[in-house]
Amino acid sequence: MIEYFQSFQNTLIFKNFFIVLSGLDNTLLLLLVSLPIGFILALIFALGRVSKIKLLSSTIASYIFVIRGTPLLVQIYLIYFGLGSVKYIRESFLWYALKEPFWCGVIALTINTVAYGAEIFRGGIQSIDRGQVESGLSLGFSKFLLLRKIILPIAIRKVLPSYGNELILMVKATSLVSLTTYMEMTGLARKIMAKTFAPVEAFIAAGILYLFLNFLMVQFVKYLEWKYNPHLRLN
Amino acid sequence: MFKFDKLVFGDAGWGDEFLIATLMTLLVSIMSMGLGLFIAIITVWAKLIQNKITRLLANFYTTVIRGVPELLVIYLIFFGGNAVVMKIAKIFGYHGYIELNAFTIATIAIAIISATYSSEVLRAAYLSVSKGQLEAARALGMNKFSIFIKVISPQVIRYALPGIGNVWQITLKDTSLISVTGLVEIMRQSRISSNVEHSPLTFLITAAVLYLCLTTFSGRFFKYLEINYSKGYST
Repeated sequence: MIEYFQSFQNTLIFKNFFIVLSGLDNTLLLLLVSLPIGFILALIFALGRVSKIKLLSSTIASYIFVIRGTPLLVQIYLIYFGLGSVKYIRESFLWYALKEPFWCGVIALTINTVAYGAEIFRGGIQSIDRGQVESGLSLGFSKFLLLRKIILPIAIRKVLPSYGNELILMVKATSLVSLTTYMEMTGLARKIMAKTFAPVEAFIAAGILYLFLNFLMVQFVKYLEWKYNPHLRLN
Repeated sequence: MFKFDKLVFGDAGWGDEFLIATLMTLLVSIMSMGLGLFIAIITVWAKLIQNKITRLLANFYTTVIRGVPELLVIYLIFFGGNAVVMKIAKIFGYHGYIELNAFTIATIAIAIISATYSSEVLRAAYLSVSKGQLEAARALGMNKFSIFIKVISPQVIRYALPGIGNVWQITLKDTSLISVTGLVEIMRQSRISSNVEHSPLTFLITAAVLYLCLTTFSGRFFKYLEINYSKGYST
């Protein structure tokens, strides 16, 4: 048994697994920065999208249209290579962030998830029963209180499954940041591949880790759904 | 900053190259969407017949591919595909070197990804065809083939079209990832051009605009199809 285990320890896939695992923190870092910012901004953008101010609403609508109509890879490249090539930006304070592939990745991922998230939250906000808002108004709620106590809780609760999908898409999207020389899990797997010429072993190791990460994400969203839908629990 | 003069047709600019690249993107998208739908039909069939093994395999396939980043799948097929094909050829007694070209690999990779999304759409559409209609068709003495052609597929197409439209948009945007295989589509072309002209911003914005046009116009086309297929049904 021990011999068998030792021989397994020497296999490429086992060694690769730990090399790729060392990139997990970089992947998580990308997510931990871009997801919370993306969540808050998406809420704000969704509120702007449904607001009665025409200019604000149409500006956000066109932003969402452009971001959802172009691939994420184009957005990452535009920020990493495109903005970096502008002399004006290179001389400004923005360059401190834009010269780092990490911050380019964070900015691109945030911009992307805000567009998708805002559209999801807009659906949630618009599906709220008019009567609930009216009853809040008749109780004399201020606009902010109405938002905090009625609109946002109901809207977020309703869209949790589809926002969960978006979160999983974001976990998968972090792999694209590896194309800007940022060494997260996919980047490391690519590096192993280039060194050992064993593509299958390297990428399967990374694939297992991504699957595990997504599995955790699904469980997290399920927990949130359970927690915030007490009226739907069976017991 | 934005060099319009570099985008003219002919030798002075990159207009014609971008036109060919756009056609390549469209060709890969259409081919892989078609192949993906074919794989999806097989997957749905495997999930719906009362057979535990096929259902397990189909579920494994869709869960794994949807839980792993698209880039990883493309890398795996790009770097590992040749080895697999050669091993299969060895079984049939062919020992020579086989190299799949970038176009084939790209189409297969994107099709495998797109099929997982299509299969969910098609499964939901199939399940929403009411059981009574199948029973009625059987009572009329129709054989399995004509039930499929005359009763099931027209309705499945109608139910599935909105979802298939979404899958098409995802597929179209995913083709930007196959630029890593060296196939010259929009993304690859914009990288080549910007390396030559030292002006990434110009060509990346061009790429973004081209993708935006493709997604917008194909979105219109799917809207038209949806209206066409729901004739006689109030929407």
